[in-house]
Amino acid sequence: MAEGERVSGRVERHAVIESFSGGREVVIFVDGAPIAAREGEPVAAALYGAGIRVTRHASKSGEPRGPFCMIGRCTECCMTVDGARNVRACRALVKEGMRVETPGREG
Amino acid sequence: MSLAVEEREMAVVGSGPAGMCAALAAVRAGADVVVLDENERAGGQLTKQIHRFFGSRRHGAGKRGFEIAAELERECRGEGVELRLSSTVLGFFPGGELMVEGEDGVYVLRARAVVMATGASEKSLAFPGWTLPGVMGAGAAQTLVNLHGVLPGRRVLMVGTGNVGLIVSYQLLQAGAEVVGILDISDRVGGYEVHYRRVRREGVPFYLRHRVVEARGEEGVEEVLVEEVGRGRGRVLRADAICLAVGLSPLAELAAMRGCRMVYSRELGGFLPWHDGEMRTDRPGTYVAGDAAGVEEASVAMEEGRMAGISAVEDLGRMRGEEAERARSEVRRFLLELRGGPYGEGKLRAKECLYCA
Repeated sequence: MAEGERVSGRVERHAVIESFSGGREVVIFVDGAPIAAREGEPVAAALYGAGIRVTRHASKSGEPRGPFCMIGRCTECCMTVDGARNVRACRALVKEGMRVETPGREG
Repeated sequence: MSLAVEEREMAVVGSGPAGMCAALAAVRAGADVVVLDENERAGGQLTKQIHRFFGSRRHGAGKRGFEIAAELERECRGEGVELRLSSTVLGFFPGGELMVEGEDGVYVLRARAVVMATGASEKSLAFPGWTLPGVMGAGAAQTLVNLHGVLPGRRVLMVGTGNVGLIVSYQLLQAGAEVVGILDISDRVGGYEVHYRRVRREGVPFYLRHRVVEARGEEGVEEVLVEEVGRGRGRVLRADAICLAVGLSPLAELAAMRGCRMVYSRELGGFLPWHDGEMRTDRPGTYVAGDAAGVEEASVAMEEGRMAGISAVEDLGRMRGEEAERARSEVRRFLLELRGGPYGEGKLRAKECLYCA
């Protein structure tokens, strides 16, 4: 990937879809850093919208993992949300000021 | 600690096309029906389908999936079906009780008839690097793009040329992503010609007889090594997402937990509860419909839902046998029609083989 080039991001405009799941723009914190998110959208979508693909690091190998199924089955997106561990980021919905931590990042 | 117990006449698990059609058939016969769904909105996977469906008017041809979902939801609400969303069914016990986690906690729901319309989950494909962020199901990518307005990547490699692979590729293009290729180990495209032509027209390259050798990257996919099968000549594609459209499996855990006899069908996507042609499983008061009863299409799911709803109200004593049989024979005719094409033929055989097993 070239320097500064961003993967993922928001859909700018769409010919068929009039509105998406998120409501008004709010700020949430990911490992302490603020990102823009939309209220009511899944945390995993907010992360992808901000160009963040890693939701956790595997506890043994330390390898990065990201959202895989987006329906709450695979558990690859389990994060710490407002202090609660093992929350599926594809199921948890964004609330203003939410604090999200990436498990395994410190290790 | 004892949990609160709620008694209902009939419960449906899943508010997709199968679940809502089962509920509608039952409520029209006078039954009291509650539909449970873990999602915040009704409609199941129809809510993220933005292409126009074809087929017959009865199944919403010419309409987009999310429009069909909205219509079914309106009908359900209009006819008095209770749609209970944000409610996850955690268990289905051998005595027939459902354990539900709602917004206010966990409770037990006891219903005299339960229809399992839980849908399907995506199959996966393992290769070195498949755990890297950016590798995901094609359905997951479709959820991100069409429901949440977020791109799974700027440069996407699609694996699988079935209808899901072709349709999601086109929808990624519509949302502004680049599809760097559609790859399949087969030497021919699996999906319908109309979907194939649409992506082909956009200049998307097809890599048939190809496989993914390895996905590479540090914090996520950056490039993919692919090769033509048997030739051993590799090619590196720059991509930040790999979408896997390699089929679906019935979501049938609840049926197994209930103690239903489970059978395996390659044609229908994997393990599923045995059922007869009227959508009864081998457990009393327990029915199955839609992809949970074998992976097919949304219109088939709608008809199977109707069938399950009719059988349930007959068993509940709300519909006389002859009337139920008349209603079912109509559904049976539509199912035969839907399974008439070359794609449906294999499904039809697999189902018939199941009914008499």
